[in-house]
Amino acid sequence: MSVSAAASNGVPALVQPSLVDQVGAVARRSVTRTFRQRGLLVFPLVFPLLLFAINGSALGAARKINGFPDVSYRDFALAIPFIQGALFVAVSAGTDLARDIESGFFNRLALTPLRGSALLAGQLGGAVVVACVQSLVYLAVGIASGVGIASGFGGALVLLALSILIAFGFAGLGALLALRFGSGEAVQGFFPLLFVTIFLSSSNLPRNLIKADWFREVATYNPVSYLIEGVRSLIITGWDGEALALGFGFALLLCVITLSLAGASMKNRLVRT
Amino acid sequence: MNSRSCAIEVEQLVREFRKGPRAVDGIDLAVSPGEIYGFLGPNGAGKSTTVLTLTTLLPPTSGRASVGGYDIVRDGAHVRASIGAALQEAALDAILTGREHLTLQATLQGMPKAERARRAQELLERVGLTEAADRRVGGYSGGMKRRLDLALALVHRPRILFLDEPTTGLDLQSRSALWEEVARLAHDEGMTVFLTTQYLEEADALADRVGIIDHGKIVAEGTPTQLKEEIGSPTVEVVPADPTLGETLVEQLTRFGTLARNGGGAVTVQLPGGESQLAEIVRALDQAHLKVASLQLHQTSLDDVFLAKTGRKLEGAGEDEDER
Repeated sequence: MSVSAAASNGVPALVQPSLVDQVGAVARRSVTRTFRQRGLLVFPLVFPLLLFAINGSALGAARKINGFPDVSYRDFALAIPFIQGALFVAVSAGTDLARDIESGFFNRLALTPLRGSALLAGQLGGAVVVACVQSLVYLAVGIASGVGIASGFGGALVLLALSILIAFGFAGLGALLALRFGSGEAVQGFFPLLFVTIFLSSSNLPRNLIKADWFREVATYNPVSYLIEGVRSLIITGWDGEALALGFGFALLLCVITLSLAGASMKNRLVRT
Repeated sequence: MNSRSCAIEVEQLVREFRKGPRAVDGIDLAVSPGEIYGFLGPNGAGKSTTVLTLTTLLPPTSGRASVGGYDIVRDGAHVRASIGAALQEAALDAILTGREHLTLQATLQGMPKAERARRAQELLERVGLTEAADRRVGGYSGGMKRRLDLALALVHRPRILFLDEPTTGLDLQSRSALWEEVARLAHDEGMTVFLTTQYLEEADALADRVGIIDHGKIVAEGTPTQLKEEIGSPTVEVVPADPTLGETLVEQLTRFGTLARNGGGAVTVQLPGGESQLAEIVRALDQAHLKVASLQLHQTSLDDVFLAKTGRKLEGAGEDEDER
């Protein structure tokens, strides 16, 4: 907690809680909310793993395609849950923030000395904790189902870091949508659109093996492809500098863009004189 | 009153929404420290917009206002530090407990860690939520939510309290419990209370002064008594047991005040001397051996004031208008 200097005209000093206190309090609330609503935690865990199980067994024949990496399809597909999980985090973070706006809770927070940046960071901090738990579960399930991590233990840690960074970027997108539209329905309405970006990427096949020209073109320009390939490289290739640079690069870019825009929207939304 | 001696001072405040009407249309008002000011009006009259503007959550289009001695545009942060607010519909998180709400609020208000839990407990006791403190707010009744909302507004010990329709939707018992607490805050602790309401009885029971707002303008202001006296004195309606005795009734009542004849021999008499004249009327009727079927005193209400100032009854007014 800090106390701002009193102005020379005798205006009393204001009590300003520290940024750490503010972010911590908001993040704690965000995490508490998520862990008390088990549905919010279970569905984003189960759905990607279910798809992983289905794809892993049903699309195994893809290995017979010339040029397909020399790994099981399950190894190849494990990267997808990390991205799907990140999208769920985005929707969850956005919906939570939108609900606060709709219910007036946001106004309550606006009447405190809480800074907009602290509110955003706290809200996203909570989302990152959830993303962390999700990623650990995906990784554990993958390893338990026989997937080997080519980059070893260190690679697994880097994989977790990349997936959390991706989740952070997508959570920023969820927050941006919430702050722009102020409606939970609007945030959820974007979810199918976001989900389509996964299917229009190299999620199911390496880009060079996609036959349809338009699809390959779309997948090449789709940043989600590079996020998936970055995660995937750690699982099936080992240490692939280019894939990791692109994966981390696009994840960072996603964070910078969504957080800057969300920060600007927060300023507009948190109108206080 | 000048801005130094006023807790709230508003001059020609206007708030206009894009493509919308003027929600607040040039209002002036002044609230003294320790006063309960009732802002009475129907839905869509501009009450909530005024509160949002005075609490710095909506910038005014024009005009000026100071709260706690601070300008709401230039010194927003100081205004917020001086006020507590329970805005329309208790804005609570259904997943958190009452205690968690208070601790969160105390943290965000910059209260030292050691004090947060103590302040939370103190407020829970004060609003009678100790037993429910560790239950999720989603399971609270409307009255409990409103009490928690009030407690949250008090966490940082503000000097001025804004309550936007605090008892809407509450049962009578919860309503009167909240009234008691608000009255105590003002009268025992000297807190200034700016209270919006659409309930006449609430304004009448709680407010030291009342401002009546309609279509964004203040149409009347004063103490409830002053406003009622301005409109007129109470009336008493006497219905004779024998309808043919209407004229005798008129003869007996004419000395008490202006008379109006109703159907069935009934007579209404306005009492310039107030309700104390009722006893004299009863004695006069008794001495004249006039039997009455009914005798009803009608006190002037704030609804009569609203009707006189706007041409409409407050109850139901604004229901067809958009909430601003």
